Amino acid sequence: MKSSKKGTAQPERLTALYRTMSLIRQVETALTRLFANGEVPGFIHLSIGQEAVAAGVASALLPQDSLATTHRGHGHVLARGMDVGGFMKEIMGREGGLCKGRGGSMHVADLSLGILGANGIVGAGIPIALGSAMAHQARKTGGVAVAFFGDGAMAEGVLHETLNMASLWRCPLLLVCENNGWSEFSPTSSQFAAKLEQLAAAFGASYTRVDGNSVLAVADAAVQGAAQLREGNGPYVLECITTRVRGHFEGDAQKYRDANELESVHAHDPLTTARAELLAMGVDTAAIDQAICAQVEAAVEAARADALPTLERAIQDVYTQAMQETRA
Amino acid sequence: MSTTTEMRYVNAVTQALRDCMEQDLTVVVMGEDVANAGGSFKATRGLLDTFGPGRVIDTPISESAIASAAVGMALTGMKPVVEIMFMDFITLSMDALVNQAAKARYMFGGQGSVPMVLRTPHGGGLSAGPQHSQCLEAWLAHIPGLKVVCPSCPQDAYSLLRAAIADPDPVMFIEHKAMYANKGEVDTAKTARIGEARIARAGRDVTLVTYGATVNVCLKAADQLGKEGMEAEVVDLRSIQPWDKAAVLESLSRTHRAVVVHEAVQAFGVGAEIVATIADEGFDELDAPVLRVAAPFMPAPFASSLEKGYAVTVDRVMDAVRKTLA
Repeated sequence: MKSSKKGTAQPERLTALYRTMSLIRQVETALTRLFANGEVPGFIHLSIGQEAVAAGVASALLPQDSLATTHRGHGHVLARGMDVGGFMKEIMGREGGLCKGRGGSMHVADLSLGILGANGIVGAGIPIALGSAMAHQARKTGGVAVAFFGDGAMAEGVLHETLNMASLWRCPLLLVCENNGWSEFSPTSSQFAAKLEQLAAAFGASYTRVDGNSVLAVADAAVQGAAQLREGNGPYVLECITTRVRGHFEGDAQKYRDANELESVHAHDPLTTARAELLAMGVDTAAIDQAICAQVEAAVEAARADALPTLERAIQDVYTQAMQETRA
Repeated sequence: MSTTTEMRYVNAVTQALRDCMEQDLTVVVMGEDVANAGGSFKATRGLLDTFGPGRVIDTPISESAIASAAVGMALTGMKPVVEIMFMDFITLSMDALVNQAAKARYMFGGQGSVPMVLRTPHGGGLSAGPQHSQCLEAWLAHIPGLKVVCPSCPQDAYSLLRAAIADPDPVMFIEHKAMYANKGEVDTAKTARIGEARIARAGRDVTLVTYGATVNVCLKAADQLGKEGMEAEVVDLRSIQPWDKAAVLESLSRTHRAVVVHEAVQAFGVGAEIVATIADEGFDELDAPVLRVAAPFMPAPFASSLEKGYAVTVDRVMDAVRKTLA
């Protein structure tokens, strides 16, 4: 593992990263219960076990940066600083949600934080992030655009198109692959003939692979990648090897996974690792977890109490100036 | 100084791009061969020299990523104008258009919008064959969140493109490759509103509802019919989504007969929506069934002889009008 960022005390830095991971874990753990209770409409895809990627990458970002994420994007948006209350209301389909209950889990966004949305289409956020990186370049914002994607998206053509364009134009695009080994219900080894490293090399893009369950390793690599991008040497591919604990979607019994593999997932838990590291530094994480627990519980209660959206208001959001007439 | 000059349809497009780019630094043009080559149909000729490669961007042949990148640019403070060389190629851009551009504003609860324009030429007449001649505007008009415009003359090409670029929502700007050389007066001071039709010719006996290249076909048919004592009113929709229902129903209330004409395949086309609306809301005004003149249900052909048979012609429009007035 590479050394950590200069000038920041290691315990403080790791504590901040842990706090982000704990928030993601507790929000998603709450969602498993809410989903089981029928309090979350539709379906959700959880990133439990993959929190280190979200926390580590987000720690390298500046306010002007932007990101596009995936159907499994709760962690990324929370790590970026999305309001937990607005997030929870959105996932639970309430009018007070960040997107007024129009999008839910797969479309949650906060443009004021440069979050260009989770996405229900595998790989679709990648070229959107490319465009955002082009805008950063054109507007000279000094910003970086991040495209989060899973290993399943390696088989999508838009990744290849994006790598080509971003390399041609040296766009400030950080391509973060969360490689959990699973393309929905199939092992990625049966889905993709190449390696991401080879793909990056083919286009002349920088590439780094890290232990995606080590939050410091991810953070260090993301800081290095972002710095390179801000110097004009894009794009940068960061492959984070991580672990999907839950199913493709919540409620997926995962019958297609080997029992031994499923049992071993907890051995790689990024929170357990960070907790042990912090304990060795003399930092007790119990108080952090408790405070976040209260925050999440309050967000859930507020969401439960919030109003449900109405079709009359929702239809007004289709165009900037609502069409004069909408017929049933 | 007069702001009116005669120009070709293609030059009206270029002029609108140029004027928008001069006024708004966030407007960029991107697409395959739009910079160095000036565009496959020369609609972007000269823009590279004036605005440079940062604002006139030659892209690889990657219609999917180009259109998606435009969405990302639009969400990050730019106003991209994408050119897709032939409308048939939007098949490769459909995720960006249908799932991303059209829905972002709605899905995000109105937090922002996607101010992008996608320019693309549709239509036949050049023996370009089944994959370079299609009119796919009905697909786009079917998607909530997209606007679809289709100018029939140089003036509208100019004014509507300016309106499209100024619009905060994604606008599909559909040109016609066989009309690029058409000449007409263009007043650059004239503005247009998306969703507003134009009465291209007044008449009292029948309403011809149309858009794009078939506006000119209908005007010729109307002139011929006039010699036979039948006065057709030609309504140029100009915009398909939203479309000017009020203008169509108002014309119908004067003529009591209608024929809907477009180059696209008739089945499940734009005409079907218009006829259904007339049946719904204009039924009491009708003195005859509403007819449609459009392409048969087959791919756009290649051979000249086949293309002639496939196309909407003056004779076919006149036949339909005679039938509705019989």
